[in-house]
Amino acid sequence: MNTEACQDLLFRMADDELILAHRHSEWTGLGPLLEEDIAFSSIAQDKLGHAQALYTILHEHFGQADPDTLAFMRNEIDMRCSHFVELPNGEYDFSLIRHFLFDAAEYMRWTALAQSSFEPLAKLAVKIRGELKYHVYHAQTWVKQLGAQGSEESHARMQTALREAWPYALGMFEQTDADASLIAESVFIGESEVCQQWLAFITPTLQEANLVLPEQSEPVYGGRKGYHTEHLQPLLTEMTEVYRIDPSAQW
Amino acid sequence: MVSITTESVLVALEDVCDPEIPTISVVDMGIITDVVVHDTGSVRVTMTPTFVGCPAIDVMKHDVEQAVRSLGVGSVEVLVNFDVPWSTNRLTEKGRAALLKHGLAPPPEQFDTLALELDVLNNVACPYCGSRKTTLKSPFGPTLCRSLHYCNSCLQAFEGFKPI
Repeated sequence: MNTEACQDLLFRMADDELILAHRHSEWTGLGPLLEEDIAFSSIAQDKLGHAQALYTILHEHFGQADPDTLAFMRNEIDMRCSHFVELPNGEYDFSLIRHFLFDAAEYMRWTALAQSSFEPLAKLAVKIRGELKYHVYHAQTWVKQLGAQGSEESHARMQTALREAWPYALGMFEQTDADASLIAESVFIGESEVCQQWLAFITPTLQEANLVLPEQSEPVYGGRKGYHTEHLQPLLTEMTEVYRIDPSAQW
Repeated sequence: MVSITTESVLVALEDVCDPEIPTISVVDMGIITDVVVHDTGSVRVTMTPTFVGCPAIDVMKHDVEQAVRSLGVGSVEVLVNFDVPWSTNRLTEKGRAALLKHGLAPPPEQFDTLALELDVLNNVACPYCGSRKTTLKSPFGPTLCRSLHYCNSCLQAFEGFKPI
């Protein structure tokens, strides 16, 4: 197996999960409804768990540092998250659209990974896919509610958020040099195929929500190669602040 | 010394509870996926978390180890992995009854873990009055494994153990 390619895949997935977990956790205590406060906090907790499981595979199978060190001690340039997850939460409409677009992609990704030739990832995928059903269900419910059954304002907000999120959402599927090898070795079906499946999956929900898919737009790439938005470093600084005071502390 | 068997280990583990739902044991929860008693007398227990990010797994891992040690076993290894993924289909009958006793609606039996449809979350039986005239309020509750519901018959909010 091409271990470099496999690690590339694991890092970009884990970093997406970690950073979006942090963004979702910023809703804790601030959600527009108590139920949404709990939902975003729960989804954050799930995503953090997924990140930890992926870092654990990197640690146990590829000799990388322990999960905490991978999560909290790497520099910005070593992070492989997409720009989409780095963006600030904005208002609830943007967070919700991002949650919908991201989790639909995750659902496609992990469903495909259940067939991966890399067994540790395939086993984890079977487990995570069950959890993602709830994320997808939650996002679909609210996107349809606010898009089609809310007010003129809620519809306009959702449409605007979708338009703003779109180029970044497409950026989730940025290919790297690893893709060809991952596909050849049946580790992963590749970003291009996941993107096609994702489009087919989100379109019916967006139609039911009376939301129009944005016209052709240029995907925002860079994250998978270590180039990030100006929002990532402040997030990393905040997220790792306590850990860096004393990395050897026992909790 | 009493000889240690897989059965005696499982009996000991019936005293280990989920810290988030203290009426149900780790055995009835279905999170113990393998017990091996080696000829040397050492014991290996394998567990799987309900949710990947379950914060209670470390506590349960520690408690499982202590419970096996209390049988007089010197060498105990507790593994946590996803070799057998947890599903609510792994709950025992006793486990389902324990959930109900705790005021949590048990998940549907033999849930299709591959289906994306979550319509089963509507109309779960109310743990207080048994009515099925209930509504799902949110698929996320106070812990990762619970959902929030409302009973339109007895007008009570209640929590469910969500099928996965």
